[in-house]
Amino acid sequence: MRRSDLFLGLLALQLGLFLAMLVYARRAGRGVDPGVAECRRWVAELRLTDLCLFTEARYTRNPALADLHTPFQDHPTALEHFPSGTLVAPPPHLTSPHAWHPAPNPKHP
Amino acid sequence: MPGTLRRTRSILDFALASLLRRKGRNAALLGVYTLVVFVAASLVFFTQAVKREAHQVLADAPGLVVQRTLAGRQDLVPLAWADWVRGLRGVRSVRPRWWGYYYDGAFGANFTVQASEDAALPAGSARIGAGAARILRVKEGDLITLRGHDNLPLLLTVQGILSSDSELVASDLLLLPREDFQTLFGLPPDQATDLAVDVANPRELPTLAAKIAERYPEARPILHSEILRTYDAIFDWRGGLLVAVLMIAVLCFAIFAWDRAAGLSAEERREIGILKSIGWETSDVLLLKLLEGLAVSLTAFLSGCVLAYGHVFLFSAPLFEGALKGWSVLYPRYRLVPVVDGYQLSLLFLLAVVPYTAATLIPGWRAATVDPDAAMRS
Repeated sequence: MRRSDLFLGLLALQLGLFLAMLVYARRAGRGVDPGVAECRRWVAELRLTDLCLFTEARYTRNPALADLHTPFQDHPTALEHFPSGTLVAPPPHLTSPHAWHPAPNPKHP
Repeated sequence: MPGTLRRTRSILDFALASLLRRKGRNAALLGVYTLVVFVAASLVFFTQAVKREAHQVLADAPGLVVQRTLAGRQDLVPLAWADWVRGLRGVRSVRPRWWGYYYDGAFGANFTVQASEDAALPAGSARIGAGAARILRVKEGDLITLRGHDNLPLLLTVQGILSSDSELVASDLLLLPREDFQTLFGLPPDQATDLAVDVANPRELPTLAAKIAERYPEARPILHSEILRTYDAIFDWRGGLLVAVLMIAVLCFAIFAWDRAAGLSAEERREIGILKSIGWETSDVLLLKLLEGLAVSLTAFLSGCVLAYGHVFLFSAPLFEGALKGWSVLYPRYRLVPVVDGYQLSLLFLLAVVPYTAATLIPGWRAATVDPDAAMRS
């Protein structure tokens, strides 16, 4: 078998996967995802306003409702720990389960 | 097979053989190239998917949230405000919300506690989010203890755990009956955290917000459109930050690729000289270099994109979790609905494939136009 046959076969496979990815994403975007439907149900029922993505502190939990008077909230999307909060991983003693570290967290949120 | 196609395939064979002769260098280049495309494509996929998910999930969020500021800080809203707002023309419903945050020092986690209006949730019980249940290590029927504002423990039976599908909005929620919420936080009975207002015609929201702000100058109305825009801003910003960090890696790659592609070695120049002396045209040499460049860049682009798709949509972007999670102890488990933005992918293609391919062509053309004898002697 020629090298070009092998290469073109491999390229066709990659292209096939790439096109399948595009088609699948397009189809998935058209339908209603069960996870999205469930989230929408709770948003409507509890009148929620935010995604539960940043639970690290009370002033990061609801960025859409941020007020002007905490460090995080100079404006609704300013990050209080910027840039270290995004780039530096927290020390392990703050995130490990309390069973091994019963001392209270010194950094109250 | 037409002659041109046969000739191109033969040159492709030669180009692949040429790449394989320097397989160590080219494999390293392909690896780094694929990695750069993978990270950039992952970022594009992730930010687009989260932004779209936020828009879809929060489509039914309140049309208007009314908060109150007192002495420059957010304060509780008197329930009398709700009665006044309810009387405004165009208002469909006004729902006071009682909610707050509960920091559990033992687990180091922040929970969102909200009063539930559900009659099926009796006093002394709670419904909790899947993430909260995971952190607290409880299941349905177990007891949880919260410390109240008066330092007395509040015992609650877990009546239900919200489905894991809802984690993106409700992972950290503790839903309590209204009376237990009052016991826990000791809020004044005639006040709420804020008001969720819905209107029949969303176009009236700005007018309504203006009316509320005029009647209650300390009110802070937040529109539904502002809620959605917040997430666009956050993910543009976060995506931008990650791109800024990655720029260093991309620049290193650019220097590496430029050095590899643009600077032909003496051996490669001699090779071109020999090819020309045995009858290859300049166009053949250019085609050879073009195919060499395309073989590397197309393989890297396609592999990087497919791997990024798997990383973000099949494995929920574990590489970005660290940046998003920050100091959080409680982080939701969610799976994003695939979104591929054709425009951004085309831009990525232009940035990833075209410069590298062009960089391989220019030195090839320079070497191919030199006299074969001089090229072989150089």
